[in-house]
Parts: sequence; C-alpha cells; structure tokens
Amino acid sequence: MPDSPALQPRKRRLAIAAWPSSVFGVLVVLVGVVISMPPASAQLKVATTTADLASVAREIGGPAVDVVALARPGEDPHFVDAKPSFIARLSRVDMLIEGGAELESGWLPALLLGARNPKIALRQPGRIRANIGIEMLEIPTSLDRSQGDLHASGNPHFLIAPSNMRILARRIASGLESLDASNARAFQDRLKSFEGRLDSKLLEWRSRLEPHRGRQILGYHNSWIYFAREFGLKVDFVIEPKPGIPPSARRMADLITAIRENDIRAVFVEPHVSRRFAETLSQKTGIRMVMASQYPGGIPGTEAGVIELLDRLTGDLARALEQPLGK
Amino acid sequence: MTRKLPADEGHVHPIRGSRSFTQVSLAMTVLALLAGINVPASADDAQALQQLRQQLDRMQAEFEKQQQLQRQQMDAIRRQIETLQGKPGVQAPQPTAPPTSPTPSTTEAPKPVGTGNSTLDAGKAWSPSDPIRLQSGRSLLDISLNGTLATGGSTASQIDGGTQLGGHDPKVNGFTLQSLELSLSGMVDPYFRATTDIALHLDSSGESSLEIEEAYMETLSLPGKLTLRAGQFLTPFGRHNMQHVHEWSFVDSPVAHARLLGPDGLRNLGGQISWLMPFRFHSELTLAVQNSAGETASSFRFDNEGEARFHRQLGDLRANRLGDLLFTPRWSTSFDLTDSQTIVVGASSAIGPNASGAEEQTRIHGADLFWKWKPTRHQGGFPFVSWQSEALIRRYQAGAFDWDLDGDGLVNADGSELDGNGDALPDVLPRETFQDYGFYSQLSYGFRRGWVVGIRGEMVDRRHQAIYEGLFGDDTDRLGRWRLSPNLTWHPTEFSRLRLQYNHDQRRQIGADHSVWLQMDFSLGAHGAHKF
Repeated sequence: MPDSPALQPRKRRLAIAAWPSSVFGVLVVLVGVVISMPPASAQLKVATTTADLASVAREIGGPAVDVVALARPGEDPHFVDAKPSFIARLSRVDMLIEGGAELESGWLPALLLGARNPKIALRQPGRIRANIGIEMLEIPTSLDRSQGDLHASGNPHFLIAPSNMRILARRIASGLESLDASNARAFQDRLKSFEGRLDSKLLEWRSRLEPHRGRQILGYHNSWIYFAREFGLKVDFVIEPKPGIPPSARRMADLITAIRENDIRAVFVEPHVSRRFAETLSQKTGIRMVMASQYPGGIPGTEAGVIELLDRLTGDLARALEQPLGK
Repeated sequence: MTRKLPADEGHVHPIRGSRSFTQVSLAMTVLALLAGINVPASADDAQALQQLRQQLDRMQAEFEKQQQLQRQQMDAIRRQIETLQGKPGVQAPQPTAPPTSPTPSTTEAPKPVGTGNSTLDAGKAWSPSDPIRLQSGRSLLDISLNGTLATGGSTASQIDGGTQLGGHDPKVNGFTLQSLELSLSGMVDPYFRATTDIALHLDSSGESSLEIEEAYMETLSLPGKLTLRAGQFLTPFGRHNMQHVHEWSFVDSPVAHARLLGPDGLRNLGGQISWLMPFRFHSELTLAVQNSAGETASSFRFDNEGEARFHRQLGDLRANRLGDLLFTPRWSTSFDLTDSQTIVVGASSAIGPNASGAEEQTRIHGADLFWKWKPTRHQGGFPFVSWQSEALIRRYQAGAFDWDLDGDGLVNADGSELDGNGDALPDVLPRETFQDYGFYSQLSYGFRRGWVVGIRGEMVDRRHQAIYEGLFGDDTDRLGRWRLSPNLTWHPTEFSRLRLQYNHDQRRQIGADHSVWLQMDFSLGAHGAHKF
C-alpha cells in the first residue's frame, strides 16, 4: 500500500522535532548523573557503624571531618540490615570506625565487599576497630552455641565505659592525623579537651554512684558489664538466660526472687529490647525502670554525644538506686 | 630460765614466763627455718620443722608456677602489642590507659551468673592445643555447614518434575534432604578472597552425590570500584537465582525459575566483572561471561540427557566458538525511601546459544523488585515486612529437526523416532521461535521476634502455542500453571529454623494439587553476613 501523501510530511516533521528533544533528554540524563556524583570536599569523610563511635569521632575531628553513623541510635547493633545505600556510602569514605569483636559481624562484611574501598581495608590507617587495645571481658574459652550466640573476642559492649572511650579517642586522633597531617595539631588539641572534659565529668559521675558501690543492677542483654565495672556496680543477673534467647516464665520467676533477695533496685530498658519483661518485673517487685541506651540519641535528649549520654545515665540510675524496692 | 620481757619490768610471773619461752622458741624455730639454720630441737619440733619445710617447698613450687604463668601472659601481651605496633597506622595504644581516679576496689570482672557462660578467662595466649575458632579473630577460613531437610506430601501423582520442578525442592511423599551445604570462605591474601560452596545430595534412591555450587576467587583491591571474579558461581540474574537454599523465604524454588532458568538455576564456570557506579545512591553494573553448556544452564547448551525437549532431540551441534558463551549483564540500583524503608530494583538478561541447532540462541530477560520495611527500633530484626517480585521472559529459538534419524523415511520399531501425529512417518519440525514467561511475588511479615508469616503467588505460561505444539499436541513443559503458597516460619535463634508451607497448585490439563511441607534448617559454624 502506497504511503498517503498527507502523512509523509507529518512523519518528517515528527522526526525533525525528535532531534532537539532527544538531545534535551541526553542532557537531562547527563545533568542528573553530575548531580548524583558526590561533590569533592576538603573534609575527611568518616563512617562509623554506631552512634557512640560517631560521637567520639566528632569530638576529635571537629569541623575537619564529616562523620556519619550507619546504624540508627535506637537500633540493635547486632541486627542492622546491610542496605545497599550503606555500600554506596562506604565506597566514598576515607575512614571507617567499627566496634569490632563481632558486634557488626552479621552485616558489615557484606557492606565492605560491596564497597570495594581500599582506604578502609583491614590494616589501613582508614580502618579503626575500636576493640583493639581494649581489655575485653568475658572472652569465652569455648564457643558452643547451646550457650547462646557468644562472641569469640569477648563482650563487645565496651564503649559505654569512659576509660575505654579514652583509648578509642586516642586511636581515632592518631588515625585522623595519619590521614590529614595538616590538621594534626587541631586533632591533638581536641583530644586533650575531650579527655579533660571526660576526666572532670568522670569524677562527677563517680561521686553520684559512689553511695551505691557494690549494688546490683539488671539489664536485658549482657551489655552493661563494662559500665558496671567502671562505677563499682554489679550486673550478676540479666533478663536473657543466654545471649539472644528470650526469658521463659520460669526465668522470670527466678528473676523476681533474685531482685528481692539482692535488693536490685534498677533495671535498664533499652529501646531495641521489648519493655514487657522489665514492666512485668517492675509490677511484681517495684524495681525501677531506667530508660537507657549505649548510643547517643538512643534515648531522647542524649543526641549531643557520649558525655551527655553518660550524664543522663548516671543521673537517672543514681536516682533510681536511692529509693528502696517499693513492694 | 626466766627471761624478762620489756613490758614485765621485773615482775616475773612464772606462768607468763613459760608462755613467753614457748613463744620465743617458736619464733626462733621459724626464724631458723627461714634462715635455713639447723637448730637442735625436740622430736615434736623436728616433726613440725619437717611439715613446715614441706609447706615451704609447696609454696615455692606454687610461686614459681604462678611466676611462670604470669611471665607467659606478659609475653603474650607483649606479642600482641608488637603485632599491633607492626600494623601501619595503628598506633600502639597506651597500655590500657588506667582510669584517672582510683579504681574501684571491686575490679574483678563480675561473674555473669545469669548469662550461662561461667568459664571465662581473658588475655590467655592461644596455643596449638586450644580449639580452633571458626569465627573472626583467629581463623584464616570461615567454615559453615547448612542443612535443610523437608518432610510432607502432595496429592500430585508426580511430585519430582511434576509439581516440584526445582532441584532443591522437596520431591517425595516422605523426607527429602533439600541441601547440605559446606561453605568455606576467607581472604586469600591482600588481593583476593575465595569462596567455596559444596552441596551434598541424597536422592530418593539413597544415592549420595556432590555438587560444586560455587567455587570462585574475587579481587579485593582493584581501582575504579571494580571487582573481578573467576570460577564457578551463581549467575547474577535477578534475586532468587543468587540465593542458596538456606536463604530462601519459601520451601521451594519459584516455578518460573525452575522452568525458565533450569531446575538447579543458572550457574556455571566463568568470569564476572562488576562496577559500583560513583553515585550517591547504590547502582551497580555486572557482566558475567560463563560457559553455556550443562544442566546448570539448561535453557542453553544442555542436551537434556538425551531426552526429547520441545519435541526435539537436543545435542551439542556447534563447534565451541568464542561467541558460544553465556553473557549475563545485570544492573541494579537501590534507594532508601525513608530511614526504615529500602527499595532495590534490577534488570538482567541472559543471552547464549542453545542445543537445538548450530545457530540457535536463547534470550532470557528479567526484572526484579525488593522492598523492605524495618522500623529503626526493631528488636533483633523484628518486626519487618519485605516484598520480593521477579518477572522473567524467555525467547527460545528452536532449530529445525527431522526425527528420521536413520534416514530410511520410516518410524523405527523401537520408538526412538517420534511420531507425534500418528501418520506412521517420523515427525519433521520447522525452525521456530517461541516465548515463555513467568513471575512470582512474595510478601513476608515478621510479626514478632522469630516469627514470619509469608505468602507467595506465582504463575508461568507460554506466550502462544508453538508450531510443534500445533502439529503434535501441547507440551506440558510450556502449559500455563499457577501456584499459591502461604507459609509460617519460626526461627528459635538465628541458627535454626522451622517452616510450614502449603502449596495450592493449578496446572492446565492436569488440575489442582495440594501439598504440605515442613522444613527444618540448621546452620553450624561461622556466622555469615546477610546480604540485603
């Protein structure tokens, strides 16, 4: 069938009109690509797995670094999703600070493989494993998962103790210095100021909790031993019977007896664990619930950093410990 | 005999004096003992002396042992410090900076009575007789073993290859070992890592067999955000094809994958390059080039083990040319919609020659979508909702085929030459191209810690009837079917799983079938990181 003469010029017009629009389309795509390329910046880009590490890194780095924490402050650091957006972020950073000791073993290795960033490979100055140099507690002699999900390198919840924060702060300072020598002086100054504030605060926190020396406190997960050791408290009991295993009715009954026998006056309630166990214990024994988190921002009002967090924790805890068990 | 004590000032009391004598002689004995001097003593004294000597010897031995132990511990710590100092960039930490103000008197680590692990000793150096840890820290190799067992039954007259098409699906009324996978992985050196995944099978006749699911090495430090991989690996096509059995959210493989990619999915020896694009968001391009032969590429150069497929006898009719490889490009990208919602979309194609002729080609295209919601205040990863969907289309060019295999123009008596239309002449098929498609969509809801309820809907069908079907009857490998599968999963811990699933199957020309499967899964050894 011959083409109708009426249609042919229109087709050609369309083809001509398509030229500028396709050029325009290509331009839009190019502009989009340029916009989505991350801008170059003089700041060192630092990623941390958790918010407490980020807080210490900000204290040391100050305006010379851009720090982002991957996990949200209220999130359980053992169960973070290996989101692809984290891969994109890790591919661009100059430094990665992780807790180590298998805190992030369920998600960080997948991110690191995807990120293919040689700056944060193991043993590079851009990679800081916070547990190195820390005196780890509870290193198991044998790994047997009938005992729950044990960590081979010891209990990984160590940063809540101020003495461990100091160790980490020094390592971060030396790591930042080796990446940005021009700011070495500033990093050292900020380290000194952080240590000074931490020391004076530590005296205050210690004196708050000094009247309660030797007293037991209760947690859900076995994540408070470093904190307790720092302030002369004890955590001989935790709600979980074994790491990762929720308590049975029998265990709850045993806990109620233990609370009464040992006059345990406070239970830490963290945002990422169910409140109902602590609530039950509180109703039965009068034990006081203390909202707690190991991560700045995990409880409202502590977003500013680790010092504000410890201020809040020691204050709330001391108040709870003052009053005897209600019932 | 009497001796003045300074305090007595001359008033000597006989009893007091004798007591003081005993005290003095005892003190002298001890002194002599300590000084190693032999003093003449009574029989009683000699016995006491001997006892004390023995005690001293024991204490000495104990002391030396302790000293040795402490020296060992100090050496171990010294070695640790040395290794740390040896690392570039890692500055030796100030020897565990002492707390500024006086340490609490109760410095001993609190014994976690309630935590179940009582035997703890920190800082002990590893010796070759200690157990080898299969987790990070001290091992060169992560080892894990995953076992997946299913039991249940189906109303279908043919389960294996009928309702259940996947190679790892439950296949009999009774028990099926779906998979027993041994995974070894680790860093080879600063430049490569390697992963091996060996699956052991136990078929319905009790025969054990072994299959290398994956065995590849991959670069770690190429510039330009590139990664190269070489070896046997799962073809990067969509999402399900890259998951091992223990990572599935359902008991069985989607029908579309088993039918269009193959019962065992798509995987082969080859090489792969992937590039993380330098954007703010995650965007990755991957190209895999793999061998196109064998049952793990069953829509490509697979002879179907001599069985007819698409009414044709398949065979490797082509010389092994460079272009006869399987090419699989894939692009995927991901965005965080909010802090708690993430979406991943991808598109893949698998293009390669097939076994129906010398020039014939198969092209499979797929699109995949994954969305997950998990609140930032989750408890052990719960609650969550995830939605995963994939759509596939396969374009298969089938070569012309003449069933007159011996060239005599007649059907052989042994039935080796097909006569589908009953005209007593061997069938002759023209060259043709036909298309099959399928999709699945699955929703999982982790409603409380450890508990997940899920539902999957799926269907497969042919785009249109092929010429050979018009001539010789419909092909059950291409007829439409759909399946609906609700399930409930319980994870007592991260390392074990129980899953109950019901399948409602509807196959054209066959009808409805019902199956119920209970799946058990365990995971031993190293705890691998979860992919998103």
